[in-house]
Amino acid sequence: MENFTPYSAFAGGILIGLAATLLLLFNGRIAGISGIMGGLIKAPRTELFWRCAFLAGIVIGAFLFHLIKPDFYQPREHFPIWLLACGGFLVGFGTRMGNGCTSGHAVCGIARGSNRSIVATITFMVSGFLTVYIIRHVLGVAA
Amino acid sequence: MKLIVISLISGILFGIGLALSQMTNPDKVLNFLDVAGNWDPSLIFVMIGALIVTSLFFRKILKRQTPLFDKAFYLSSKSAIDKPLLIGAAIFGIGWGISGYCPGPSVAGLGLGNFEAIIMIFSIYMGMIAHRLYK
Repeated sequence: MENFTPYSAFAGGILIGLAATLLLLFNGRIAGISGIMGGLIKAPRTELFWRCAFLAGIVIGAFLFHLIKPDFYQPREHFPIWLLACGGFLVGFGTRMGNGCTSGHAVCGIARGSNRSIVATITFMVSGFLTVYIIRHVLGVAA
Repeated sequence: MKLIVISLISGILFGIGLALSQMTNPDKVLNFLDVAGNWDPSLIFVMIGALIVTSLFFRKILKRQTPLFDKAFYLSSKSAIDKPLLIGAAIFGIGWGISGYCPGPSVAGLGLGNFEAIIMIFSIYMGMIAHRLYK
């Protein structure tokens, strides 16, 4: 528990919640990142711009924060690229099949009382726990 | 235009939130998912913080006829807990547990100059396109 950072995590969560609230109140949209990304593949022109603006905002926000507080980000080294790509592929496939990710289901869906989002959140959390358990404790890779 | 400005501001807040909470550190994410190991529960506070805000406001907002800048709310109309939801969420969890990235932090990683973010975004889109073809 030496890296336990509940306060900054909580504060970050509040900002994420405010961002999602803003997007719903003004634009009527759910701040689901996988949905917003997926919509870029095939969306009418009018749908493209706000999505790009939102995603660009995420990049800008992270960049600005990193300028002020560079020590919050520790780059990971030596992680196999093929494994990362496999993980990314499953994230892309799974979030489209399950209609959402951590932001769309866990942050937005649960807040609007969607049973689908509650079930999806429990499912991907358990699946994530099991995956890390198998990788670290059964296969014994990294720790 | 108004929609785009709000999207940009919302995105910026979202990006700061991801970086501040360290959702952008894949090792921290994997330590959060490693309940049986040297567990770091910090990231549960991200979800708690976010859910306090969204739970407080979403229901009130959705009682309105329309959002402030658009004609309607764009929400999923699905309500059935079906196989694609369960299997999709499970597959996403596996990818998350392998890589340590969900979609938001993958995008935010570009702003941190994180090389892994490029690979994540590329492979996420490969997965999304594969899902379109599969469907």
